Amino acid sequence: MVASSPVSTQTVDLAARFPGIATPDTRPGYSGWIIPKEHLLEVARTLRDELGYDYLSHVTGVDYLPEGKMEVVYQVYKTTGGPGINFKVQVERRDPIEVPSIVSIYPGAEFQEREAWDLLGIRFTGHPDLRRILMWEGFEGHPLRKDWKEAYYEEEIKPYKSRWPEGRHVYAESKSPFADNVAYPAGFDPEKWVPTDPEQALYGALARYQVRDETGLETDHVIVNIGPQHPSTHGVFRAAVMLDGETIVSLKPVMGYLHRNHEKIGERNTYLMNMPYTDRLDYLSSMSNNFAYALTVEKLMNIKPPERAEYLRVMMAEFTRIANHLMAIGALTNDLGAYFTPMLYALEERELILDVFEAVSGSRMMCNYFRFGGVVRDLPEGTLEKIKDLAFERLPRKIDELDRFLSENEIVRSRGIGQGVLTAEDAIRYSATGPLLRASGVPYDIRRAEPYSIYDQFEFDVCVRQNGDIYDRLMIRFDEIRQSIRIIQQAVRRLPEGPIMAVKPAYTVRVPPGEAYARVEGPKGELGFYIISNGKPAPWRYHVRAPSFINLTAFGPMCTGQKVADMVAILGSIDIVLGEVDR
Amino acid sequence: MVPEDLNSPGYDIPPEARGQVAITTLDRIYNWGRSASVWPMMFGLACCAIEMICTAASRFDLARFGMEIMRPSPRQSDLMIVSGTVTKKMIPIIVRLYNQMPEPKYVLAMGACACGGGPFKEGYNVVSGVDKFIPVDVYVPGCPPTPQALLNGLMKIQEKIRGESIKTARWYQKGPDAAEIPIPILGPDLIDPRKMELLKSAVKGPEA
Amino acid sequence: MTQEMYGKGILKGLSVSLKRFVETYLDDLKWLGKRYGTPEGIAHRASKEARGIFTVQYPEEKIPVPEEFRFIPFLVYDEGPDGEKIMRCTSCGICSRVCPPQCIWIVRTTDPATGRPIPDPAEFYIDADICMNCGLCAEYCPFDAIKMDHDYELASFGRNLFNKERLAKPASYYEQIRPRNAARENAARAAKQASRAAARANAG
Repeated sequence: MVASSPVSTQTVDLAARFPGIATPDTRPGYSGWIIPKEHLLEVARTLRDELGYDYLSHVTGVDYLPEGKMEVVYQVYKTTGGPGINFKVQVERRDPIEVPSIVSIYPGAEFQEREAWDLLGIRFTGHPDLRRILMWEGFEGHPLRKDWKEAYYEEEIKPYKSRWPEGRHVYAESKSPFADNVAYPAGFDPEKWVPTDPEQALYGALARYQVRDETGLETDHVIVNIGPQHPSTHGVFRAAVMLDGETIVSLKPVMGYLHRNHEKIGERNTYLMNMPYTDRLDYLSSMSNNFAYALTVEKLMNIKPPERAEYLRVMMAEFTRIANHLMAIGALTNDLGAYFTPMLYALEERELILDVFEAVSGSRMMCNYFRFGGVVRDLPEGTLEKIKDLAFERLPRKIDELDRFLSENEIVRSRGIGQGVLTAEDAIRYSATGPLLRASGVPYDIRRAEPYSIYDQFEFDVCVRQNGDIYDRLMIRFDEIRQSIRIIQQAVRRLPEGPIMAVKPAYTVRVPPGEAYARVEGPKGELGFYIISNGKPAPWRYHVRAPSFINLTAFGPMCTGQKVADMVAILGSIDIVLGEVDR
Repeated sequence: MVPEDLNSPGYDIPPEARGQVAITTLDRIYNWGRSASVWPMMFGLACCAIEMICTAASRFDLARFGMEIMRPSPRQSDLMIVSGTVTKKMIPIIVRLYNQMPEPKYVLAMGACACGGGPFKEGYNVVSGVDKFIPVDVYVPGCPPTPQALLNGLMKIQEKIRGESIKTARWYQKGPDAAEIPIPILGPDLIDPRKMELLKSAVKGPEA
Repeated sequence: MTQEMYGKGILKGLSVSLKRFVETYLDDLKWLGKRYGTPEGIAHRASKEARGIFTVQYPEEKIPVPEEFRFIPFLVYDEGPDGEKIMRCTSCGICSRVCPPQCIWIVRTTDPATGRPIPDPAEFYIDADICMNCGLCAEYCPFDAIKMDHDYELASFGRNLFNKERLAKPASYYEQIRPRNAARENAARAAKQASRAAARANAG
């Protein structure tokens, strides 16, 4: 446990450090620096080595069709805390669009650059394995581009005119000639089309090992596909694994089986309509997603919620963290082989927390509780007593019981200690965040590093464990639950009276043009939203920095050298949720 | 609730044998056995899967209905609960799993996404409801349906099973097996092999 | 990595399970048979002292949903003096404009004589296979006409497209499922009518 210490708030003037190369971004509402693409690697290397910005938070692309430009946005932070720097590379929007890849400097950008290639068509030169990641190989087009329209396209921004006042109901399928959500490119001839095998590129990317060992015995490469239909509870996730006997030589995750086009739909929705969609990202901790989105839009609108609303937000966010960690502990012990018993005990407590969510927001899981400027409604009668019962009496007792149940268990210890180790340097290089990072010994918690909302007024410890193995990742979740209970207890004692919304509730919000990136310490890691507004009712670009997606960059290296049976346990200890990985 | 239905003779049972003899029909006992031990396939896709796990957990116990054996293997399961959004990348796998399930098999579409595309219906990677590819028996709307709503849906499946008759059962009919569904192909967009003719005529245009 | 495997940790875990197992019997005895099927029994299993069997046996026992619970929406109608249904909905279209997945279709009635719109919906459809139960339609309706229902037993054998007749439910049902919300809204509507009547009395 690390006590709190003041964090530095200095940022760096890149224009002074790189005169003539870095220019400040002067568009209204924007911040950061614009770097020409030839100097990108040099600037990135200086930032990481000399200036100490060793943690790359996210890389994403933006399509500026009216200006004829494609932009790649980078955001870096220091692991010692403080605000970050964002810098951008702009290129002309003419195929082929090429930008140098920074995977050699920040390896955590690997999956994010693949996503920018897949959805926007930006080719990153020097990337070790540039394939599509969310769509399948052979899919036509780059969906997130502004001139790419989906099959059910009606209008640019909702609401659609076909719903009112002449809204005769018609199934969307009946408008398509194929009675489904499909569209084919012009000139597509199904008889002449030859399907290419999408798996060849994937299997080709797996590392090989020696085919003939020292004694002259010829061995063979065995490729095993684990998933997407798999009894582990993490959802539709697939890992292609190259095996040498039982030992994993290399592993490549395959995602996109739950890609629900959240970002494209986000560009069609108005700002308020996006709030229920954010519930469905990390569906185990929906209040936390709402929190991050509300913070981003409030940053753009420059409003702050009243005090009572802030306390309610913190209480709900910490309850969400406890509910998520309970599920994670249950799922991890499920993966270790304890078929369902610890899960049943953990889910019992989670059900009581979900009762609180249902009473306050109306739904157990898809809470939709936060609004821009506060929360939707105040606590109904009787809910505060329920919260007090849980926080002061039931949860501390039951967490100790669950801890007693699991932490000294010999099977958990022998399968957990020393397996699946992620060192601190690797964790920072692969942009891991959340419990995965802190279990490897790096005490980076956004609630302390760059406090948001009223977290700077609460006393809590940043939980850290030193070894970075599966056992530490299990125990750090118990530590975090205890700290969350501590925060809720303080919040309940100091809950003030007052209004819960800073502005009058309205369904059309006026958001001034600009960009904003706001992040919260979600239960799985750093959850951030990058939103660009151009003054219209809907965002121009809406990007989610999903912690589970980026934590998976470390999954492949963590598993090499381990046995196949441990791979499931390691995946459980990273704690991914597919709604976030695939969006 | 079930045993009274089971023993319903249309015959007169003499009083001395009344506690010892039960008369029922073959249909009823066959359906009773099947409906009281439906084994769902552990097939969680998205958020609805979490509610399915909560249904199987201790508060809303599935074991009371005989359904706690959730097999990940399709060869050993009776009921496929499609819980979550069905995406185009995943649908070939879903169809393949459906084909691998042995008869008698049932499908329950849980949640708005599996029933009809759900809130993500307009997405480019989302199939508008799993019934575009596999036949669905019961639809449970909601986003997500609470565990009690899912239990209601499962009871409807049981009700459907109890209403079936051996004489009209699909798997005892003579003739080719009609339940094998061709697997969709992932091309420039999803291609459904059953709609090949429609595809050719629509793409080639009116001059073909 | 070698450790001493005496089994002490496993025994500790088993003692926790044994305690919970014994508690199920002790708790049943404590309640003397009134634990299942009674509202107090159900409430006990959702409270902080819940111990023993945690299961709530649907369908014989149903957990009562809280007042704010949201499932598929429904349209509220007031009952007129002759028992006719006066829909509160004026087909203003705000709910269909604020719905995130755009699952509400409304046809506004037009007076055939004058061609002006009449505040009454001719057709009103909600596709429950798209609805995400977010509650934004109920939150922003200015006439308290569309509210979120508590009925979750909607499993069916076909697709679920709800039309106006299926969606209309009486205001008495609404007051029964959401008493506090209904009381607050009725008071607000009465206050507004009183102030409007007072303004008319002052002006006239």
